[in-house]
Amino acid sequence: MTYLVKPKLLWDVAPKNALGYTKRDYEGAISTLCAGCGHDSISAAVVQACFDLDIQPHRVAKLSGIGCSSKTPDYFLGNSHGFNTTHGRMPSVLTGAALANRDLIYLGISGDGDSASIGIGQFAHAMRHGVNMTYIVENNGVYGLTKGQFSATADKGSKSKRGVVNNDSPIDLVALALQLGASYVARSFSGDKEQLIPLIKGALRHHGPAFIDVLSPCVTFNNHAGSTKSYDYVREHNDAVNRLDFILPRDQISASYAPGSLRRVVQHDGSVLLLRKLDTDYDPSDRVGAMNHLQERHAIGEIVTGLLYVDSSGEDLHRHLNTVEKPLNQLGDAYLCPGSMALTALNASLR
Amino acid sequence: MKPTNIGIPDYFHKVVDCQWACPAHTPVPEYIRLIAAGRYSDAYMINWRSNVFPGILGRVCDRPCEPACRRGRVDKEPVAICRLKRVCADLKDDIQDRLPQPPEKKNGKRIACVGAGPASLSVARDLAVLGYQVTIFDNGKTPGGMMRSQIPKFRLPDEVIDEECDYIIDLGVEMHYEHWVTSLRDMLKEHWDAVFVGTGAPRGRDADIPGRKEAAAHIHIGIDWLANVAFGHTTKVSKRVIVLGGGNTAMDCCRSARRLGGEEVKVVVRSGYDEMKASPWEKEEAVHEGIPILNMLVPKEFQHDKGTLTGVLFEKVRAEYDDKGRRSLVPTGEPDELMECDEVLVAIGQENAFPWIEKDIGLQFDKWGMPVLNPVTLQSTLSLVFFGGDAALGPKNIITAVAQGHEAAISIDHYCRGRDLLQRPPPMTNLVSQKMGIHEWSYDNNVSEEARKKVPTKTLKKTLKDIKLELEIGFDPLLACAEADRCLNCDIETVFTPKTCIECDACVDICPTECITFTANGEEDDLRVRLKAPAKNHDQALYVSETLKTGRVMVKDENICLHCGMCAERCPTGAWDMQKFFLQTAEAGAEARRT
Repeated sequence: MTYLVKPKLLWDVAPKNALGYTKRDYEGAISTLCAGCGHDSISAAVVQACFDLDIQPHRVAKLSGIGCSSKTPDYFLGNSHGFNTTHGRMPSVLTGAALANRDLIYLGISGDGDSASIGIGQFAHAMRHGVNMTYIVENNGVYGLTKGQFSATADKGSKSKRGVVNNDSPIDLVALALQLGASYVARSFSGDKEQLIPLIKGALRHHGPAFIDVLSPCVTFNNHAGSTKSYDYVREHNDAVNRLDFILPRDQISASYAPGSLRRVVQHDGSVLLLRKLDTDYDPSDRVGAMNHLQERHAIGEIVTGLLYVDSSGEDLHRHLNTVEKPLNQLGDAYLCPGSMALTALNASLR
Repeated sequence: MKPTNIGIPDYFHKVVDCQWACPAHTPVPEYIRLIAAGRYSDAYMINWRSNVFPGILGRVCDRPCEPACRRGRVDKEPVAICRLKRVCADLKDDIQDRLPQPPEKKNGKRIACVGAGPASLSVARDLAVLGYQVTIFDNGKTPGGMMRSQIPKFRLPDEVIDEECDYIIDLGVEMHYEHWVTSLRDMLKEHWDAVFVGTGAPRGRDADIPGRKEAAAHIHIGIDWLANVAFGHTTKVSKRVIVLGGGNTAMDCCRSARRLGGEEVKVVVRSGYDEMKASPWEKEEAVHEGIPILNMLVPKEFQHDKGTLTGVLFEKVRAEYDDKGRRSLVPTGEPDELMECDEVLVAIGQENAFPWIEKDIGLQFDKWGMPVLNPVTLQSTLSLVFFGGDAALGPKNIITAVAQGHEAAISIDHYCRGRDLLQRPPPMTNLVSQKMGIHEWSYDNNVSEEARKKVPTKTLKKTLKDIKLELEIGFDPLLACAEADRCLNCDIETVFTPKTCIECDACVDICPTECITFTANGEEDDLRVRLKAPAKNHDQALYVSETLKTGRVMVKDENICLHCGMCAERCPTGAWDMQKFFLQTAEAGAEARRT
C-alpha cells in the first residue's frame, strides 16, 4: 500500500498500442492492499493483457463481490464500467448485465471467500449457464480482510499463521468449473506473469465461460511455512502442464517450435492459442482426463497450472436461450415491451 | 552480468547525474533539499566547501550539471540547478562564523600562486586552512581574475566577487596586487616550497585577414575589450558593431556592446547555430536582447576607408562531414556578403601564453605550447611547479578551474609532506536509509509535475541603459521552492537486498517507469533488450542483483528511475530501501587509503 499517486511523467518512448493508448491508460487508482499482495500482480497482468489486446477500455465491464480480491477492479481499467456487488453475488449481477448488453467484454473478479464460500452457488450456476465472461478467482486460501481465517480453498493439513491446522477438505474451483461446463479452464500463479498474462488474454478472447484460478499469496496472513498458498510453496510445487502463447488473428507466428511439442487451438474469434507442451501426455481438450490429472497431482501435493481445458466451439448462454443478436439495451422500449395487445396474442397462442 | 558492486563509490555517484557531471562533484540534490527547507546558509556551506564560489557560479557557471540532469530525460527541461545555487547565496545569513579558521601556528611551508583567479584562490583556500602560508601574485588591482575582468557586470556584479574572494583572503592569504611576474626562474630563487600557476588563458586569438592592420583602431580583441569595459576604461561603442565568434565570450561582447550604445549589434559565426560553443541559454539571452546571430559566414576582409572601418566581407559556407564525422566548411560559391559596421570585436578563442616561463629551467612544454602535466596530479615536469585552471589543460570554465584547484592543493600538500602524489585520498561517502515510517521518507518523494521556472529579470529597457545593472533578479523563496521541488532526489538511491526478496513482483507492478525487471541473467546487451522497458541508454548503468531463489536476477535500469520510492513502499519485506548517498570529494589534508 502506498499513499502516493503514480507520477504522470512518462519517458518519451512509452510504448503505445494500436489504439494509441499507453499501458498507464489501462491502470486504475493506486492499490490500498498490503504491500506485496499477489492481487496487485494480477491487476498488473490484467492491465498488460488489455493493453496488448488493444481493448477499448469502455468496452469492458468489470464486476466483483466483496473481499480483498473484489477491491482490485478499482486498481485497474479505471476507464471501464464497474459494479461492486454484494458478497458472492457477482455472477448473477454479471449474468444480468451480459443478458442486457451482450456486446461488452465481461470480467468477473472474485476471491476464494466470495466464490467458494458465500457465493459458491452463484459460481456454480454461472458456469452451468455458460455466461460469456472471464471469471478470475484471486485465490489465497484465507480471509485476509478479517485477519486470516482459513477459507474454503485452504488445503487440509495446512497451517494458519498462528499454527492452527486446517481439518476441512478444500474446494477445488478448477475441478468444479471443469465439471460444471466452463469451456476455458486455467490455473496460474500471481508470481508468474509470463504464464498468467497469456492465459488472461486467451480468456478475454474466449467465447463462453472462461475460468482462471490464480493462486495469489496473502503476504500478511498466508505466506509462512506450513501454508500451501505461500510464494515459496507454490513455486516449489508448481506443476505446469503447458505454456501458452496467445496470438491475435492479425499477428504472424514467428517463433519456431520443435515438432510434436506444440498444440494449436483456434478460438471462435480466430485468435490462436499455441500451447507448448511441458507434460507430453496432457491433452487440454480432454475434460475427463483433465479432471483425473488434477486429482492425481493434488493427492501428491502438486499444484497443476497452465491451460487445463479448452473447448473453442463458442457455446454460451445467449446461444442456449436463442436471444437476438442485437444487445437488448439497444432494442428500444417499443420492441422490448410490445404492449398488452401483443401479450394477449401471445397468451392466446398458448391456450 | 555480474552482480553490481554498490560498495564502489562510483556506482551510486554516477546515478546522481548532476553531481557526477560537475567537475567539483558538488552534492547537488542535498543542497537543493536544504533550499526547499529554507536552510539557505546550510545549502551555501555545502556549495562553498565543494565549489568555493557559490554566488559567482550561481550566476555564471557553465552548468555541466543541467544537461546531465535526470529531469531532462523524463521531462522537457532539467532542474534550474545553477539558479538555485544563486538562491542560497542570495538568501543566506551571515556565514562568517561557519568558515574554517587557519591554525595559529603555521606549518612553515610557503606556497606561491601566480594569478588571482578561481584556480589560485581554490588552492589558497584549501592550503591556508592546513597552515600553509599562501601568497598570491596578480597584475590586477583586485582578486577574481577573469571572473572580474571578462564577465560583464550585468551578469556578475563586483560585490559578489568581492564577498567570495574575501572569504578566502581573510584566511590569511597574502595578496600582491599589481605585481607582474616576469620570470619563473627569478621566482624560484625565492625558495618557495611549491609554485602554483593559475594564470588562465590570457591571449585572445586574432583574426588575421586583410585590412586588420589598417583598421586596427576599430578592431578589438574580445577579452581585452571586455576587461577594458569591466574596469571602466571603455565606456562607449559605435552604433554598428559586429562581433566575430560563437562562444560565450562573443555573447558577453555583443551584450556589452548593446549596453554601451551599440544599436545595430550582430554576431557573425563560422559554424551553424547549433554547433556554436556558446551555452544555449547565453545565445537565447543575446537573441532576446535584439542581437541577430548570423551563421555559416567566414570573415574574409576588413574593409576600410583610409583606416576607418567601413565593413566586413564574409564568405558564405556550408558544413560537410567526412566518413569520420569531421567537419569542414566549404564555400557555397554564392557571392560574398558585405556587412557595414563601425567597430568589430574579435572573440574567436583564447590561447595560453607563458612568456614568463623560461624554456631552460626544466619545465617542459608540448608542441602546442602547453605545459606537460600529469593529468591527475597537475604536477609539471619541474616537480615543485603545479598548474590549474585554463593554464593547465586549456581554456574550460570556472567550475573546472575550481576542481583543478582542489586537486592541485592535494598534490601540493602531498608534495610538501613527501607523500606519493598518485596516492589520492578517497572521497567521503555515506549511505543511510531514509525510512521514517510506513509511508514516510525523510525526503519529498512526490514527483512534481511543474515546468521549469523562469528566473525573474529586470526590464530590458532598464538594463540596456546601464551596463552595471544586474539583469537577473534571482528566484524568490516561493519560486525557489517550486523549482527545488522539481529535483528528483537522485541521491536517494534504490538499494536492493536480494536475501530478503520474495519475488512477489510488487515493485515491478508499481514502478511508474517500469525500470525494474526480474529475469534470467545474461550478457549486458542481451539483458538490455529483454527488460520490461528496453534499456536503450547505454550511458546509464544496469543494477543487477545476485541470483535470487527462483534462479532469476533483479535488473534495474537506472536511466529513467524517478527515485519516487514506490518500489520500497510496496516491498513487503524491505528488500528495497531508499538510502541517501552522500559523497564529498576529498580535500587537501585528507589521508589517502593505506593499502
